[in-house]
Amino acid sequence: MISVKGLTKRFGENTVLDGIDLDIATGERVAVIGPSGTGKSTLLRSLNFLEKPDAGIITVGDVTVDASTASASEQRAVRRRTSFVFQNYALFANKTARDNIAEGLITVRGWSRAQAQARAEEILATIGLAEKAESYPAALSGGQQQRVGIGRAMAADAEIMLIDEPTSALDPEWVDEVLQLLKRVADARQTMLIVTHEMQFARDIADRVLFMDGGRIVEQGAPEVIFTEPKDPRTRAFLRKVL
Amino acid sequence: MRPLDLDYMLGLLPVLLKYVPLTLAMASVAMVLALALASLMAIVRVLRVPGLDQLTKVFISFFRGTPLLVQLFLFYYGLPQIFSFLTAIDGVTAAVMGLTLHFAAYMAESIRAAIIGVDRSQWEASLSVGMTTAQMMRRIILPQAARIAAPTLVNYFVDIIKSTSLAFTLGVTELMGAAQKEAAGSFLYFEAFIMVAIIYWVIVELLTMVQRQLEVRLGKAHAR
Repeated sequence: MISVKGLTKRFGENTVLDGIDLDIATGERVAVIGPSGTGKSTLLRSLNFLEKPDAGIITVGDVTVDASTASASEQRAVRRRTSFVFQNYALFANKTARDNIAEGLITVRGWSRAQAQARAEEILATIGLAEKAESYPAALSGGQQQRVGIGRAMAADAEIMLIDEPTSALDPEWVDEVLQLLKRVADARQTMLIVTHEMQFARDIADRVLFMDGGRIVEQGAPEVIFTEPKDPRTRAFLRKVL
Repeated sequence: MRPLDLDYMLGLLPVLLKYVPLTLAMASVAMVLALALASLMAIVRVLRVPGLDQLTKVFISFFRGTPLLVQLFLFYYGLPQIFSFLTAIDGVTAAVMGLTLHFAAYMAESIRAAIIGVDRSQWEASLSVGMTTAQMMRRIILPQAARIAAPTLVNYFVDIIKSTSLAFTLGVTELMGAAQKEAAGSFLYFEAFIMVAIIYWVIVELLTMVQRQLEVRLGKAHAR
């Protein structure tokens, strides 16, 4: 399970995360919605130490760290337990699809190359890209690249999958295949925190929806509640615009 | 105008070719050492390692800011007067040392630029899976930087090969030194030096062919 207390991140004068408190149970699927620039991506990035928070306590599984003073090895311990799916896929450009998935198993978890590649092949089959094992990212479509990105996150077998606007950078034709794969991951009760602009998708897969504005969680609840009878005027205004 | 002494030139070829291995050996050793040193310095600079970063900057500034010939003389003739243990150093070693340090300074800046040129997303992806900085550099960043830097680095290798000719000023009989000796004996300076020029030229042309192969190989991941 994941627990975040008082997570704060400032960029200069600008407070992007303003003391976020958040608990996510194992197997829970949480979607984050809200206007752009309200700290949704920064929340995810802070949980993976791609941004270094200014304050806060982060617990992921058996590891608890003070986010502002976490050492390099503490940061790695958190990263090992939180896999990340990037908006722009961020596949390793010098590795094949198979090795993109196997890489973390080899370097971070110390698997043998053969073992890691065998696992990668299994995952490629699951995500429907078995025949692309030898392809480099440059030769894959956006949708295929993002599916490999999700495969890489699946391989990490992390406490929680952090998914940052997985379809925002995709051409419309590839959005569906990525959402379908994410739906399957969600159906397998993978714990996840997903930032998305796909409201229907959030409604379909999430156990809980967070609405963020101004670096705070303004309102949260079950999707049928948030989407049909939001309490906060900011949530209502936002949903009126996007639905 | 006097006619060229073609027989002399043809006779000279096998004599000079005997020195090609030494020239290539000096250049290759200097290249490998310079590449290793330059990569370390580039990483130190990119990661801004405290202390080492400043030291590297001074090193690069000195070795780029002074002529190679001056550096070679400093190593071979100068340093042994200050540090007596260096008196045993021979011309070949001094030349390789000088070439290594000189070209490492240039190559460090090229490699640094190439590392910075690797997309930020590659750093983030490496870190996000939990790699250490060393793992990230070795497995993800440097291989991609190598592709960016390869053409420039091969150019430096070409430069190193040609610069080994300066070893002759340290009393080393390498390709240039051999040509000089032959010319001094026969007084046929043009024949001797045009032959040595052609030999350098052919070596560099062969290397350029290897470069194209290398670029194809390094570009494999980026073919669409």
